[in-house]
Amino acid sequence: MLDNTLVSVNNLSRYYGEHIAVNRISFELATGDILGFLGPNGAGKSTTMQMLSGNLAPSAGEIIINGIDLLEQPKAAKQSLGYLPDVPPLYNEMTVEEYLHFCAKIHRLKKTAAKHCVRQAIDACGLGTVKQRLIGNLSKGYQQRTGIAQAILHSPPVIILDEPTVGLDPIQVIEIRKLIKQLGQSHGIILCSHILPEVQAVCNRVQIIHQGSLVYNADMQSLIQQQDSGWFEVSLKHAPDIETLLAWPELTALEKTGACNYLLQSPLAAEILCEKLVQQAWGLASFCPHRQTLEQKFIELTLNPEVSLTPDALD
Amino acid sequence: MIFTIATRELRSLFLSPLAWVILAVTQLLLAWVFLNAMDVFFSLQAKLATIPNAPGVTDLVVSPLLETASILLLIISPLLTMRLLSEERRNRTLDLLIASPLSITEIVLGKYLGIVLFMLLYILMLSLMPLALETGTSLDIGKMLSGFFGLFLLLGAICAAGLYMSSLTDNPVIAAISSFGLLLLLWLMNNHGATQADASSVLNYLAITSHLSVFLRGLVRTADISYYLLFIVGFLVLTIRQLETRRLQA
Repeated sequence: MLDNTLVSVNNLSRYYGEHIAVNRISFELATGDILGFLGPNGAGKSTTMQMLSGNLAPSAGEIIINGIDLLEQPKAAKQSLGYLPDVPPLYNEMTVEEYLHFCAKIHRLKKTAAKHCVRQAIDACGLGTVKQRLIGNLSKGYQQRTGIAQAILHSPPVIILDEPTVGLDPIQVIEIRKLIKQLGQSHGIILCSHILPEVQAVCNRVQIIHQGSLVYNADMQSLIQQQDSGWFEVSLKHAPDIETLLAWPELTALEKTGACNYLLQSPLAAEILCEKLVQQAWGLASFCPHRQTLEQKFIELTLNPEVSLTPDALD
Repeated sequence: MIFTIATRELRSLFLSPLAWVILAVTQLLLAWVFLNAMDVFFSLQAKLATIPNAPGVTDLVVSPLLETASILLLIISPLLTMRLLSEERRNRTLDLLIASPLSITEIVLGKYLGIVLFMLLYILMLSLMPLALETGTSLDIGKMLSGFFGLFLLLGAICAAGLYMSSLTDNPVIAAISSFGLLLLLWLMNNHGATQADASSVLNYLAITSHLSVFLRGLVRTADISYYLLFIVGFLVLTIRQLETRRLQA
């Protein structure tokens, strides 16, 4: 275990009757981590988040938050936790400011500290213009932002966000992602989402859960390195026929994806292949190394039930 | 912490029109009952003066008023208690409370205290009517206090039962109907006990309003206080257990 481990989950399981929703998952979260938690619907994402927040008791396993066992000392452990469920937990009859003050109080903030924290959270989430309005009258985006404000209000070391950008407009999405990245420097964040580009943009680690088990766990860095798959997307204006292309010794595989678009596989480095293509005078119009995106990884892992933990999950 | 939740609950109650309407309507109905009782008292006043040890204004006006109030609240309080926990479940705000550093006991006690404070306010408003008589006559303050204390305990019991019913479902209407059913049953037991003398003394003891009549006669007995306290503690414990179970099984 690292020194700055904030959350450590060991062999966590949860049954609903006979059905196993979460099956012996283990992971850790450190300060400065933004962990993307991915999975198809019904994979056990929300169940895991509910267990981390104390809303569901696990059937087996342990959860340690900031060094304190959540199951044995729930009150002390929850002190270090900020949680935004998939539906923002709002009191519609309160104004944004009243609501945040209430949240500050139940997190045991002192009066002066509470005032300061509420002001900060309102600024961070861009709620300044609506702070006097009733939550029930706000748009979905503002309600979502109020939910986020509530989760980060008391500056908890661990922040759990279950689909935080649902219902936000594109500009708000960018702002919230920026906020999450900024918070990630000094906190540990678990971000549940099924918007894959979002996870790719914000997180520095990613986990995929499928049918209750963790099937993938990697740094974003290593995911990017893995992406050099040797495939290239090219478009050739004056391409020869397929046979000629296939006979070209530099290629190991070829796929035609459009009128003049091809997917090539080659052992050569990108710059060398590019040069050689130009020399062939096939009218190279575009050239792009084909990266394995998170999306492909996700589909590959969740459509194929036989896939077990990848080696790099054991780091 | 308990107090934070209680004040929020109380504010929420007053932010919805429901609390205001209930206060206004019941106050109006009880004012009518009060005036009627006053009328009866005035018509009997001459006769009463000749009887030694005759019932006074406290017996003839205050007690009927409190009795009617207790029945009225039996019917109306499920509307106030129905959304206590069911709405928190439905709006997922219960998740917020559970994820914050609060124990389930604190959440339940906070909710309970909130609604009890509302009932206390109700009793204070109600007490203004008989207290107005103090300007023209002398009341049996002891008897009156005993009556109000009894009513307060009864309301506490009603709220505890309503809170439990509200923890069972996330639909406020179902919570209201089931707590109404429970309270009505506990009330009807009393009527049954009144007609079938000894065989049903147990039922009579269980009845929720039979203990109030003792308080209205000016008797503050430990047995009756403990009945209401046990009732309240019992339902609060059940509510806490229910929320814990939901966490384990949901």
